This record gives sequence, structure tokens and C-alpha cells, in this order.
Amino acid sequence: MTAFYGVELPTAFMLGTAQYPSPAILGAAFRESAASVATVSVRREAAGAQAGEGFWRLIRDLGVHVLPNTAGCHSPSEAITTAKMARELFETDWIKLEVIGHSDSLQPDPFGLVEAAASLCRDGFKVFPYTTEDLVLADRLLDAGCEVLMPWGAPIGTGLGLVNPYGLRSLRAQYPDVPMVIDAGLGLPSQAAQAMEMGFDAVLLNTAVAKAGDPVAMAIAFAKAIEAGKLARNADPMDPRDMAAPSTPLIGKAFLQ
Amino acid sequence: MKISINGAAKDVTSTNLAAVLHEAGYGDARVATAVNGNFVPVGQRESCPIEAGDQVEIVAPRQGG
Repeated sequence: MTAFYGVELPTAFMLGTAQYPSPAILGAAFRESAASVATVSVRREAAGAQAGEGFWRLIRDLGVHVLPNTAGCHSPSEAITTAKMARELFETDWIKLEVIGHSDSLQPDPFGLVEAAASLCRDGFKVFPYTTEDLVLADRLLDAGCEVLMPWGAPIGTGLGLVNPYGLRSLRAQYPDVPMVIDAGLGLPSQAAQAMEMGFDAVLLNTAVAKAGDPVAMAIAFAKAIEAGKLARNADPMDPRDMAAPSTPLIGKAFLQ
Repeated sequence: MKISINGAAKDVTSTNLAAVLHEAGYGDARVATAVNGNFVPVGQRESCPIEAGDQVEIVAPRQGG
């Protein structure tokens, strides 16, 4: 199993905690799928609400690794401050770094992302940058101190799957030793299997499970697909070819006219 | 004096962040804080002065993707 900042996860399934019909369903989705990482966020708390404490207890009881995010941040300074608040609240130096550059596609701002990543790495954070398949950006993020990359499959929440397989294959091939997580845009388990078959080390998703008619069943389906894709990758798949080749031997075929 | 807490105008008499949190009703809540965009760790709240017009952000753990 690939190590993420020295941590070997029991499964390659990272799951978000937002948009579930209920906390009970959220908990069941994690337990039944054996997802090993939960993404979380920080948001404004009303006086006397104690909502944060209740949610924190729920997540802590899951017994999984916690990966706070900087979702919704559009500038490096905003993301850096959010990361620092998350580190204190969740007691982890892991941070899923999002610096959004485009409101409609939620595409990362590559310039702001690198700036924030460099600052946070210097400050001791273990940064999981939400990035694209761009090779130059990947290079800059690694130079900034990131030891993990999280390229998108498709824009967040779209469920479109891996929209640029060529770009993702290139990224995987260019940095074979860098742990990589496909983050965002997946809608179906088959797309998660495809990501693992391509050699990615883990998959992170939220909406596809939380907004399914049966989130627990969908979480289980994703877990099985991720495991299947990983097994297939390790089994060294055959090379595709253009022309047909019979699988049944021709030698010994009866000569009939 | 008037300050902003999570985007809403608030009148407070306290002059440091720890006291403002108490005055605003946060008590011992599990929250993290920032003043004027800068993170203020728990251990520095008492020594963090609050002045009129300051923008205080108070956040807590939430669901996220």
C-alpha cells in the first residue's frame, strides 16, 4: 500500500462527509465501505450552537484519518488562515489544499495554489493539493514541498468521471513514485476502478455517494470497485491491440467441409 | 465598541479575543479563531487585543468534501 506522508492507509478509499441525508447514514457509509480517510471542513459557528463539537465526535468515533480541506477559498491568504484554523480544530497537520480560481468550474488557481502550498509546507503542514492534470503545475507543487498530488477527475460535483484520461496517464507516468489521489468529479464506481487501473494510489469522492439514492450501498460499490481496480493494476493488464486474435487454439480444430 | 463577529455587527466591551469569545456566548466551545484575516491560536487569545472595527471569525468542525 502506498504511504501518504508516511501513513499507510488500510484502503485506498477517501470519502467526504458532506451532503448525507443524516449523520447515521454518513456513519454507516464509512463503516460499510471501510473508507480510511474522511474529508472535513471548518465553517462559522453560532454562539451556543455546539454543532462543531457534535460533528467532531461523530468523525472521531469513525476511527479514520481526518483530512480537513480549505474548500471555498479563493486566495492563498484565505486558504492559509483556514488551514491553520483546521489544524488546531482537527489536531492534524494534513490539509487538503483548495485554492479555487474559477467559480463555475471550481478549477484550481494554479498560481495561488503553489503560493499557498509553499507557505503551508514551510509551516509544517502535510499538503494534499487539489490540482489538475497539468504537468508543470505538478512540478511546481512538488518543488514547493508537496509529497502527494490530488489531480481532479472532473470538476467537483459533476460526476463526469475521468474527462482527460490522456492527461492523467501522462501525469501518472511522469511521476511514478509520487503518491496520487484522484479527487473529485467521479460519479460511478466504474470510474473509480478506471482510476485505480491507471495506477493512481487512491480515490477521493463525496457527492457520488452522499447524493445516491442509497448512499451506503453506493459507498460499498465504490469500495469494491476501488479494490478491483487496484487488484487489476497489480495483476499487470494485457496490452490492447487493434486486430482480433482468437483465444481458442486453432490447432486441433476438426477439418470439416 | 462595534466589531464584526462572523460577518455580523456586534457591540462588545471586552478588549481581548478570549474575553470577546466569552462575552459573545462561545464559552468552552470547540472553535478556532481569526482576527482581520489572521489566525489566532487558542494560547494567544488572551494576549490578542480587540479594537473597534475588528473582524473576528469563529469557526468549528463541519462536513466537507
